[in-house]
Amino acid sequence: MEIGLGHYLSVAAVLFAVGMAGIFLNRKNVIVILMSIELMLLSVNINLVAFSQFLGDMTGQVFAFMVLTVAAAEAAVGLAILVAYFRNRGDISVDDANFMKN
Amino acid sequence: MDVLGGLSQFIPELALICGGMVLLIYGVFNEKNAGPTVSVAAIGVLLAATLLVAASYGQDTTVFAGAFKIDAFSSFSKIVIFAAAAFAIMMSDKYLSADQLSRFEYPILILFAAVGMALMVSANDLIALYMSIETQSLALYILAAFNRDSRRSTEAGLKYFVLGALSSGLLLYGASLVYGFAGSTSFDAIAKVATADGAGPGLIIGLVFLICGIAFKVSAAPFHMWTPDVYEGAPTPVTAFFAAAPKFAAMALFARALVGAFPEAIDDWRPVIAMLAVASMAVGSFSAIVQTNIKRLMAYSSIGHMGFALAGLAVGGPAGVSAVLIYMSIYVVMTVGVFACILLMRRRGGNSEAIADLAGLSDTDKSLALIITILFFSLAGVPPTGGFFGKFFVFGAAVEAGMIWLAVIGVLMSAVAAFYYLRVIWVMWFDEPAAAFERGGAAHLGFTAIVAALLMIPGFWFLIGPLKSAADNAAMALF
Repeated sequence: MEIGLGHYLSVAAVLFAVGMAGIFLNRKNVIVILMSIELMLLSVNINLVAFSQFLGDMTGQVFAFMVLTVAAAEAAVGLAILVAYFRNRGDISVDDANFMKN
Repeated sequence: MDVLGGLSQFIPELALICGGMVLLIYGVFNEKNAGPTVSVAAIGVLLAATLLVAASYGQDTTVFAGAFKIDAFSSFSKIVIFAAAAFAIMMSDKYLSADQLSRFEYPILILFAAVGMALMVSANDLIALYMSIETQSLALYILAAFNRDSRRSTEAGLKYFVLGALSSGLLLYGASLVYGFAGSTSFDAIAKVATADGAGPGLIIGLVFLICGIAFKVSAAPFHMWTPDVYEGAPTPVTAFFAAAPKFAAMALFARALVGAFPEAIDDWRPVIAMLAVASMAVGSFSAIVQTNIKRLMAYSSIGHMGFALAGLAVGGPAGVSAVLIYMSIYVVMTVGVFACILLMRRRGGNSEAIADLAGLSDTDKSLALIITILFFSLAGVPPTGGFFGKFFVFGAAVEAGMIWLAVIGVLMSAVAAFYYLRVIWVMWFDEPAAAFERGGAAHLGFTAIVAALLMIPGFWFLIGPLKSAADNAAMALF
């Protein structure tokens, strides 16, 4: 069986869904949310590279490098905020991030 | 070289970037007392950038191989954004120093966010769109958590970061699908593929993801959940900034992405935008009624206002986009004014945020009560004030385009929204007075509030004409 564009897109879609589910279902730990975000961004990279290969167009791979760079910057900022939060709160459980009521 | 040619068109943004970096170095070497100096210098840089944009107003070019477009639309948006950012820095000074938050990073982060927003409104390519949104967002996440010793502020930063990153993921997934099915990241090339009958399901799914991602950034319902918490938790001057410039930038980006990249597919995106608009108007109007914290109230108010602006975008066409620009410009002025008033609500030992603290303000401070009254009437869109004109142009455009149902829902929702604005006014004029607010030393805030309130009264109606023609001119640049 030949592995075509559809297979890559399916893998990316599944990974994206797993990342999204990780953000919404996880109630324990904010670090897991950061990992889920990373998973979503990487699934997009699979999409971009697969499309780039399929279209014979380099733009997608350039885009994927941009996404990698931004993902690194985002993780840095996110972890910094998480550290500041941990200092005030003493734990990083998602359920406890409810100081402000609805 | 094309790149160097592009840089010469980018002088306002370069001024902001270089100014920000120079100030950063200055701040590092004078850490103890750099705060006020850097604030003043940052306002100067923003004003210079505004003048540079105004000086080059009216050109229509693309730079960096079509990644960015500099036209009347981007110039109009940049002027509003830079002005709002400058006011945000000016308003922060007193509050930040009173709360021992006067760090020099604050104005610099606003400068960098302003760079991101300036790029957002001129982005003409999916990569440029994503990178500019991230440039803005990363600065905003840090600003939300700026009071790093406060549990509320860091929690606001954390929530904003998580939901912002989620929305970037959605946007990016949409962008990857649009790229794959259109074969290009350039808006112009996408527009050629996304014709009325040529837009396949892949492209439409990508477009919907893209819309969801941007809807998070403008805090349109049902993607608004982060807004009340972030508005409440972030330091008040930061909230004042969040409510004005980034909203305008995201809305302008929304308009350019939809009208620039999907002009022929308007029948595919119009129902989605109209649904977002109706949901936002409803959430903004009904949820605000039960709020007791004025920052939370303003959060729901901004969600509602985004709904009205999106109604203009759903109309599409030059009239709709022009109405969006007029609405957002007036909204920015009103919001900056209201937050100046909220910052003036200061008692010994900190800022008051409860609506109950405004009780009987007309007895203790008549001028502040009068200013808030004018601004709230304007937010509600009551006829003699400026806010009425924003709604008038949006609903006028909707009726003209035959979307009468949207205009009817909008008018009904603004009637519901008027209820909670009037409730605040009632509390100020007719309730038993609470303790008076502290006065003195806040000349900047008073000035900002008075200017915003003056712009909303009938004496300044003569400004509506020039605003309308500038917005029409800007909107035409997209078509």
